[in-house]
Amino acid sequence: MLSKRIIPCLDIKDGQTVKGVKFEQIRHAGDPVELASLYARSGADELTFLDITATIEDRRTFAELVEKIAHNINIPFTVGGGIKNEDDVARLLDAGADKITINSAAVRQPGLIDILAGRFGSQCIVLAVDCKQYGLRSLVHLDGGRTPTDRETLLWVKEAVERGAGEILLTSMDHDGTKEGFALEITRDVSESVSVPVIASGGAGKSEHFVDVFEKGKADAALAASIFHFGEIPIPELKKYLSENNIPVRMK
Amino acid sequence: MSIAVIKYNAGNIRSVQIALERLGVDSVVTDDPEIIRNADKVIFPGVGEASSAMKYLKERKLDELILSLKQPVLGICLGLQLMCSFTEEGNTPCLGIFKNRVVRFPENDKVPHMGWNSIQRLKGMLFDSIDEGSYVYFVHSYAAEPGVDQIAETDYIIPFSSALQKKNFFATQFHPEKSGDIGQIILKNFIEL
Repeated sequence: MLSKRIIPCLDIKDGQTVKGVKFEQIRHAGDPVELASLYARSGADELTFLDITATIEDRRTFAELVEKIAHNINIPFTVGGGIKNEDDVARLLDAGADKITINSAAVRQPGLIDILAGRFGSQCIVLAVDCKQYGLRSLVHLDGGRTPTDRETLLWVKEAVERGAGEILLTSMDHDGTKEGFALEITRDVSESVSVPVIASGGAGKSEHFVDVFEKGKADAALAASIFHFGEIPIPELKKYLSENNIPVRMK
Repeated sequence: MSIAVIKYNAGNIRSVQIALERLGVDSVVTDDPEIIRNADKVIFPGVGEASSAMKYLKERKLDELILSLKQPVLGICLGLQLMCSFTEEGNTPCLGIFKNRVVRFPENDKVPHMGWNSIQRLKGMLFDSIDEGSYVYFVHSYAAEPGVDQIAETDYIIPFSSALQKKNFFATQFHPEKSGDIGQIILKNFIEL
């Protein structure tokens, strides 16, 4: 049976992991390669790396880092942050990334999805969507959440999948950082309206939240950052809990 | 040990090469028939669309070359599908090493089949010291119907052949280069054949 995926997310700035990492086993807490290897060994199903810097020089550093990661881990990983065009994608895939995520650039220029899917294949194009709830409406936000748009989340993901997005990474801005659980309703609505896998993100605080997002939210994968970085929920324990609650997961 | 990775119009070749490097094996990505013919092992990877990939292979006569190879050959993902007799993707006749037909997954669940799934009914040397039910990584929308050359089976919407073997020709629908420690053992088994 296809298993549900657990995906730790690492934010990268100047070649280092940020948002804080607290692991006794790691000598250099900020070293993304070391952290990535630890996650891969502890049973993470995939990894996501987001480049949160914007300058050109930093982009080169990031591509070098991607190459190092590719040489050191043997599970799939996705990279993103500030991708604007075909060249950005080609550079990261050549460096060894399996998939890339696009967000703001795709909303500003939806044809970019068609171009990227046509050249590199849908399987490596992940559309990231940051959404926020306004009463009954869920609206897409850009630039790391700073810029609201009037695009409805459901309409946008459907369009993006028709254009060739192979997977959706859905982050609820309302839930992100709260540790009170994932946004189940919008995750379920998105998952039921597209034919491609949906990764839920934002709000994970305890193991029960993952059961909920897979069962009620119909998510195919769940992504989280700080709860993993700070060792609040070790991945082997999370997977054991999910398995005991009849969620299919890959056990090592 | 020389390993040739066949270069053709398909992506994902870099990660195969990196996985071989992790095992301490050098490889060359090439479409040069001489180098491919003389390699100890040949890997036929690929992610992409079947009809354009077959067209590319034919134009360069790589189809005949692959069929003539006597050393161990490992097809991966689209590589497996192209080694079957026919794929529904673009209604494309393929190399015909395996008699299986490749069909599109029915749409009553998410397509592509993406993520970790288990392999059952394992047979042969490729799966030496691999446990039944081990998890490996898949990304595909088309799959080979079960047939006589099957050496592993997986269930997603329908049961399909997740690995095939006939004589010196091996193929996996999953990506051993991305399947963690299990995948690394499978690649190592192939290299040590």
